[in-house]
Amino acid sequence: MNWGSAADFFAMGGYGLYVWGSYAVTAVCIAIELVSLARRRRAAGGPS
Amino acid sequence: MKPRHRRIVLIVAGVAGLGIAAWLVLSAFQQNLVFFFTPTQVAANEAPKGRAFRVGGMVEVGSVKRQPDGVTVQFVVTDTAKSIPVAYKGVLPDLFREGKGVVTQGRLENGLFVASEVLAKHDENYMPPEAADAMKKGQAINEKATHTIVNPPQGK
Amino acid sequence: MSSATREALPQGITWFKYAAPQTFFPLAGALAPWFAAIAVVLFVAGLYIGFFVAPTDAQQGEAYRIIFIHVPAAWMSMLIYLVMAFWAGVGLAFNTRLSHMMASALAPTGALFTFLALWTGALWGKPTWGTWWAWDARMTSELLLLFLYFGFMALQAAIDDPRRADKAGAVLALVGVINIPIIYFSVKWWNTLHQGASVSLKSAPTMATTMLTGMLVMVFACWAYAIAAALWRVRCIILERERRSDWVRDYLGAGR
Repeated sequence: MNWGSAADFFAMGGYGLYVWGSYAVTAVCIAIELVSLARRRRAAGGPS
Repeated sequence: MKPRHRRIVLIVAGVAGLGIAAWLVLSAFQQNLVFFFTPTQVAANEAPKGRAFRVGGMVEVGSVKRQPDGVTVQFVVTDTAKSIPVAYKGVLPDLFREGKGVVTQGRLENGLFVASEVLAKHDENYMPPEAADAMKKGQAINEKATHTIVNPPQGK
Repeated sequence: MSSATREALPQGITWFKYAAPQTFFPLAGALAPWFAAIAVVLFVAGLYIGFFVAPTDAQQGEAYRIIFIHVPAAWMSMLIYLVMAFWAGVGLAFNTRLSHMMASALAPTGALFTFLALWTGALWGKPTWGTWWAWDARMTSELLLLFLYFGFMALQAAIDDPRRADKAGAVLALVGVINIPIIYFSVKWWNTLHQGASVSLKSAPTMATTMLTGMLVMVFACWAYAIAAALWRVRCIILERERRSDWVRDYLGAGR
């Protein structure tokens, strides 16, 4: 374990904005891709 | 299979041709692709005159001096062969350290590089602080042991 | 490949039947959830190693932990492009619809990873180098890669006839392949702000073991994710492009 407390973990040694800004955008992008795939599948599966 | 073979050959030839063309274009623009010049290149007059360019190298150990005005900083960029003195007004990046990489943009004025931007360039090593300390200690011992061979008394 | 070609093949070579959209469709549907599950497991493991096992870095402190998404995203951006160009080339050479569909399915995921490489790179560069961006060879060529992906997708979207769109996109994809070795070797061939490779086939890694392990696990997580996303997307493309065929009508008519 690396972190003394949850506060330390979120602060990331002062670089929290950069580290979490990276991972948050990654999560959002993956979510957008998956949602758009689901929507596309639904649209393709409609009445031909 | 014949028309298919011909198509494959044409595609490969086409891609190869475009690749060669791209390579030639890049070589021609080699000068403009240079992100920074080393102090040796600057000393050899390879850096553009009369306009801003970047110098990259290492911050010479012991060269960092903060001026009395509190804002200006002077240091020396070296590639161990040649050095360039730099003057800079502004905030230095966190990773700016003596003995570490630096890339600075500015103009050369009478042998002094007046910098408008200073960036820290770090290497590709990733290790915990304990490992880094152990490495430094090991290097110090090595240097002491080989000092007389590696650095014969010549004066730098 | 038509059914006539299928019958002409000798016994034992059954792989080519998957070159038919109709046969590949259920295979993709069966495989994708497995890759998605593998991706989830590997993401959890990789992030755990990256944040709770790997120590801090002597030079960069905690900022270096961006490496666990930046490098995997960058490697995927290049790998996916090569795979996309490969299928585009196969499609051009053998005139197979499914190959082109696979190339088209890979592009958005490749673009996603390219964007993430650039975004996380910028967030990493600011606190370490002191700048969000620099026009050095590495960063410029990676940005060019993003434009290539967008160009491929735009070109295909702009051309109505699917076969012509396939071919045009394929040519663009193949021409752009030259950019991949440029991205990779940029830090070696030119003076760049971006540092050299920490991991390569020829030399020992310049990373502590736990850091390297976390990074590699994340690479495989992204790889599994990319496969799942591409398989799901190619299924959509197959349904869209083959919607007039009997099997799709039957498949969709069955209330799916």
